[in-house]
Amino acid sequence: MNAPALLEIADDELILGWRDSEWTGIAPSLEEDVAFSSIAQNEIGHARALYELAAREIGTTADGLAFDRDPSEYRSAPLVEQRRMDWAHTIARHYLYETADEIRLAVLKQADDADVAGLAAKMDREEQYHRLHARMWNEHLRDEPRYQDAIRELWPLALGVLAPGQRSELAGRVGLEPVEAVERERQSDELGELWEEMTMVRRSVPGATW
Amino acid sequence: MVTAAQVWEALAEIPDPEIPVVSLVDLGVIRDVEVHAENVRIEFTPTFLGCPALEVMRDAMEASVRSLGAEPNVQIVLDDSWSTDKITAAGRDKLREAGFAPPTPRAATNLLQLNGAIFRCPYCGSTDTRLENLFGPTPCRSLRYCTSCKQPFEQFKTI
Repeated sequence: MNAPALLEIADDELILGWRDSEWTGIAPSLEEDVAFSSIAQNEIGHARALYELAAREIGTTADGLAFDRDPSEYRSAPLVEQRRMDWAHTIARHYLYETADEIRLAVLKQADDADVAGLAAKMDREEQYHRLHARMWNEHLRDEPRYQDAIRELWPLALGVLAPGQRSELAGRVGLEPVEAVERERQSDELGELWEEMTMVRRSVPGATW
Repeated sequence: MVTAAQVWEALAEIPDPEIPVVSLVDLGVIRDVEVHAENVRIEFTPTFLGCPALEVMRDAMEASVRSLGAEPNVQIVLDDSWSTDKITAAGRDKLREAGFAPPTPRAATNLLQLNGAIFRCPYCGSTDTRLENLFGPTPCRSLRYCTSCKQPFEQFKTI
């Protein structure tokens, strides 16, 4: 498995984990505070494991990949880069991302590389709980105009999470027509801001270990 | 010279950092122990990839092997070979005693029916319980509530 393909997924999971953690302490209910914090922790755990596989190939470390690259080198999809949005958009992103991620993981589980396939299977087990949570909220909000607007607004970004060949499957699953995707290459300003925050401690003391 | 049996015995003394009533052996996260002269190789599978106790467990295993006079080599295995089905019968009893409902078997668990699945309250044994939150204080736990004895309790997630 080539490192750039792993890095796309790892970067998505790291950045989304970071964004989900922005709800810690301030979610609309205590249950959701716990849910988004726990989901964030899982996503960052997935990022770490994927970075470790990529790091073996590149000859660096997981932390090196997560925190020592220039912001322009990240391959995350613009969908996950958006800073904390209102609850409707948060749930819309959650639902769209988890649905896309399931499609992506199904492919990864069939990878020839046993390490990649094994890790994808493990991730998929954990992601089932995220999907269950996302679907429950989607059911709950699906008739709300504000939620429908959020889904429509984020839809082109959600398509950009997947490779072009996987996008029609996503459209089918969420019941939307394919539109022009916002691709990974279109990096958002918000990633730059997040990078400043995310790497601040590590940059402040180069080479420190914890 | 240390034997594999001695290593297993020592590892059975290491409590899970977050649910200390069960040991790493009870949890079934030790996949293999191999002894070659003074070197002990341990294959270890995390419960959840984002488990913050991973490093603590690895350090504890290394310290345990060193205390037996051997050199540890702990390999963290990142695949799907661990499931909650690996939690031992003794581990399940200990979980129940500490107020945790043990996980349902992987094969029998249809996650989409999780809300409707039957979970027994570890306090009073009633099956009249409901899901409060899929997510709990650590990645491996959900929160449930017993409507019979009015007691909240934790459910080990099936993985």
